[in-house]
Amino acid sequence: MDLETERQPRGITEIVAIIEALVFVADEPVSAKLLAEVLDEDRETIEAAVEQLQNEYQHRESGLTLREIAGGWQISTRAEFHTEVRKFLKTRPNAKLSLAALETLAVIAYKQPVTVPEILEIRGVQSASAIKTLLDKRLITAKGRKETVGRPMQYGTSKEFLLQFGLKDLSELPSIEDFEDLAGSI
Amino acid sequence: MEQIEQFSFDFQTETPHIVRQSRDEIRLQMGEFAGPLDLLLYLIKQEQANIFDIPIARITDEYLKYIRLIKSLDISLAADFLVMAATLIEIKSKMLLPREISGAPDEEEIEDPRRELVDRLLEYETYKNASQMLWTRSTVEQAIFTRGQIESDENNTEVNSNVFDLLKVFQKILAKHKEDVILEIEREEMSLAEMLKKLKAMIRERGQLNLLEFLREISTRQEIILAFIAVLELVRMGNVTLLQQSIFGDIVLTKSK
Repeated sequence: MDLETERQPRGITEIVAIIEALVFVADEPVSAKLLAEVLDEDRETIEAAVEQLQNEYQHRESGLTLREIAGGWQISTRAEFHTEVRKFLKTRPNAKLSLAALETLAVIAYKQPVTVPEILEIRGVQSASAIKTLLDKRLITAKGRKETVGRPMQYGTSKEFLLQFGLKDLSELPSIEDFEDLAGSI
Repeated sequence: MEQIEQFSFDFQTETPHIVRQSRDEIRLQMGEFAGPLDLLLYLIKQEQANIFDIPIARITDEYLKYIRLIKSLDISLAADFLVMAATLIEIKSKMLLPREISGAPDEEEIEDPRRELVDRLLEYETYKNASQMLWTRSTVEQAIFTRGQIESDENNTEVNSNVFDLLKVFQKILAKHKEDVILEIEREEMSLAEMLKKLKAMIRERGQLNLLEFLREISTRQEIILAFIAVLELVRMGNVTLLQQSIFGDIVLTKSK
């Protein structure tokens, strides 16, 4: 037995505290897998600890929340305080995406990987400049070429997309059938 | 000036509204419709028509009315709007044809010419609705902040970039390089007036001028063209006469009497 690796088992309170520290210093969402590796604890313990931390924030009505986004955990401010935070940071909301860019993004998000001609088919209008905007904003990435005539480039959403739209993963998007049902009603 | 209607679509209110404006020329801001399907969908809702039973003649008229308003417009965008106009007109004409001609006994077997358009509109509307959901999400997300960068982030040597970033940098370097190299090309220019003068002087001096020999003395392509135009001009004005003694022989310019 190597004495150095042997340690006292941690209590859940300590695990929660360490997780809080790690998520605080990370500048990207931290996955449960990574937390488990660093703490050398099993996934169940980590998940239970994360849930406890989340509840603690909620319980004491903290200005912070722990939330799951883009496949990891992140500490962020609560949306309610955006006015004050913005005033303090002296920032303005980012420029909104244009109607065309949003539509193109929606098609890509739900049909990925998807090619430019396929997007044109659905939108009925050229989407080249919208795609450029989305690439510039890193919301979409090229996902290889489609093995068809002309081998067109395929696009899919990026991790940045999940971050900017507050999604854990793509499965958190409402199903497209929900929107299909809405279509056609006056 | 007459009152005109201008459409604008405000995504935030989620309902299009008509802005009345007084102007000589109506300019429809097509940019505010995300595309021809968007415009069509808007017109159908405006008419309070059923999407599954589009009053095609009325909608086509409305659609064409807006298309005519497009004055200055991105040509590729205009093209897509015009394609839709053509589609609408085609459907409209098909609907005017008597249906029995097709010979199908069962009326249900005859396909409605509007069918494909309706399917496209429904699919488009599905994604349009999805884009509104994305819009809402991003608005909420913009109200949420994460911790700012801490000092150690700057020491991070990891580069978070992809091929496109590299390409961008490369293009920037290329663009910069382009600016540095400035090639100066001297312009050798002779005007038509100068050429005419030269030509006249030579004819006056020599009495006559062999055109082929004259052209041989000229070095640049531009001057050859100018010389040719000058000769034509002199002939047109009746200053010189062209003489060709044999077929394919040399052409000689002489001063007109």
